Amino acid sequence: MNPPSPSPREPLLSVRNLTTTFRTESGIVQAVRGVSWDIYPGETLGVVGESGSGKSVTMASIMGLVPVPPGKVTGDTVLFRGRDLLTLRNREMRTIRGREITMIFQDPMTSFNPVRTIGHQISEAIRVHDSQVSRKAARARSIELLSLVGVPSPATRYSQFPHEYSGGMRQRAMIAMAIANQPKLIIADEPTTALDVTIQAQILDVLRLIQEETDAATILITHDLGLIAEMSDRVLVMYAGKVVESADVFSLFQNPRHPYTLGLLASLPRIDTRLDSLLSIPGTPPSLTSPPPGCAFHPRCDLTRGRTPCHSEIPELMPTGSEEGHLAACHFWHEMEEVAQVVSDKVGLDVRSGTES
Amino acid sequence: MSSRTTAPHAMGIHQRLPLGEELLRVEGLKVHFPVRSTILRRQLGVVQAVDGIDLSLAAGETLGVVGESGCGKTTTGQAILRLIEPTAGKIFFHGRDITRVGRRELRPLRREMQIVLQDPFSSLDPRMTVRSIIAEPLLVHEVYDKPRDRRRRVDELLELVGLQRELGSRFPHEFSGGQRQRIGIARALALNPQLLVLDEPISSLDVSIQAQIVNLLEELQQELSLAYLLIAHDLAVVKHICDRVAVMYLGKIVEKGARDEIYESPTHPYTQALLSAVPTPDPMKRGEGRRIVLEGDVPSPQDPPSGCRFRTRCWKAEAICAEELPALIDRENHGHPSACFFPDLLAPER
Repeated sequence: MNPPSPSPREPLLSVRNLTTTFRTESGIVQAVRGVSWDIYPGETLGVVGESGSGKSVTMASIMGLVPVPPGKVTGDTVLFRGRDLLTLRNREMRTIRGREITMIFQDPMTSFNPVRTIGHQISEAIRVHDSQVSRKAARARSIELLSLVGVPSPATRYSQFPHEYSGGMRQRAMIAMAIANQPKLIIADEPTTALDVTIQAQILDVLRLIQEETDAATILITHDLGLIAEMSDRVLVMYAGKVVESADVFSLFQNPRHPYTLGLLASLPRIDTRLDSLLSIPGTPPSLTSPPPGCAFHPRCDLTRGRTPCHSEIPELMPTGSEEGHLAACHFWHEMEEVAQVVSDKVGLDVRSGTES
Repeated sequence: MSSRTTAPHAMGIHQRLPLGEELLRVEGLKVHFPVRSTILRRQLGVVQAVDGIDLSLAAGETLGVVGESGCGKTTTGQAILRLIEPTAGKIFFHGRDITRVGRRELRPLRREMQIVLQDPFSSLDPRMTVRSIIAEPLLVHEVYDKPRDRRRRVDELLELVGLQRELGSRFPHEFSGGQRQRIGIARALALNPQLLVLDEPISSLDVSIQAQIVNLLEELQQELSLAYLLIAHDLAVVKHICDRVAVMYLGKIVEKGARDEIYESPTHPYTQALLSAVPTPDPMKRGEGRRIVLEGDVPSPQDPPSGCRFRTRCWKAEAICAEELPALIDRENHGHPSACFFPDLLAPER
């Protein structure tokens, strides 16, 4: 499966047919079921999905962070700047991880070592990847980084422990660490989920700032469509271990071509407008030990209407013609316009972007 | 849904009020927690979790209490139900002061006010079947005494929250988060309450499930004329289901009013900042409206700033803000009260 990538630029990272499974007592969990996508230099790729949709496991698999066993990562290629990350040895992977590709996690309390100072940990991140840097230089650089991400009095904060930082400050420190080695790609996994909304606004500003400063590409993983709309250039929608829709952010919100994407939009209470009622997606996300045959979304889908292909054939991620590079994995995507009409009637408003009066 | 078919027992002690009449009133509610040293138990200070708030709730109405973590919204809900003893203030339920009512007298009142908790994973006993979880309040309060009646009531409740009867014999771990929240709601409804405190009822659920529970809560309110006190940090959810909204910051209500007043014309800078910080799921609206990014963190409730508690993060703060506590009043005829010396509608974007 090769999604067409019309952009003339070379992708920074190119994932092909990545599959990750975990062996558990209750069977083999198919966490990621053959995903393919690209990310280009400097862009922000939003990855949205519910818990268990495979978004975090996809990233862990790319970074070589899936414990084997019980995990097993297979796939065609994960090309990063000419190297296939799937074939790299652990030692080689370590030169990329934390330097060229870095991560920002949801909960900075558990991702920092509680018995080391924040400063020590940022300095360590610098010196691990470049032993030429002196302790003193690493310290100076760390303080500079802390100041860049908006930690007040960074020199004092340098020698404080994680528990002395507030949640928002810890997340800033985490971002400082992530950009310490001028990465090419930053993977931010639910970076603001644990934070209050006013602190989230601060952290989003920091993320925008560091993107300007470092020009790194960013993968933003979240379950919040609001964040996706606000931050990303392109979006992957994941469901049950697969990418079900992939598009430019404007195209995705204006013209969702997968019923799951539209379903999410219609089920979301809005702050900017008012819906008569929310249209909930019936049922629950599927089990990944025995995903439904065919399209994994079909048991919850309005569009299937019992048609055979939905439960017999896994739909490929294919171009939908509306916009260049807008792909959807739905057998009946061309009926989405009618579905959107029905949804609008029920919700009292067209939930798609740019369609208000 | 077949409603209230088997309600032979006048379960509560109060008749249901006509819609719109005052069911609950809270005056000057304070909850202070002492902070003690770990070894000598000396008192080091006081956390002013809730510090003098007034609220009222009418029958059949939904009041949203919003704010960020640590603002005291959960404590407020628990103090109203007397799950935490209030330090000061008064709570009136059906016009009766229940602030100092003793345990024994409180018991029948508890039938009329119930709570739904945030986490449906930790709030259901894993060793009990769903049926016995839902029946427990009936046993405790000795209503529906006959096993047959009890059974029928549980069936009814299961149906009411959209679960099949057969599922009653299963254990909580066999259910998804959304279904568990339904069980928690069924349990809260068992005694036919008039007031439900909903403490972040959907925030631990998957996005695609949240709407199911929101819709269920709305249907139940219609059908059973329930009053809801909804405690939530998600401003979009509050906007969707609440009639009135109170915004809390560090133990105080900073702004209060009808839903549309709060969302369309907020006058307190904190409310304005809070609303402007919520991302909109529409990329076309990027950069629309004035985005206010507050500086700094919420101060410690153990040592709140003098005067207005929000002043340390406020762009409008002046000398008076540090000296005096702004009262929650409607100073400039905006139509609803705001605890700010300089309440103002946001200037439209240039």
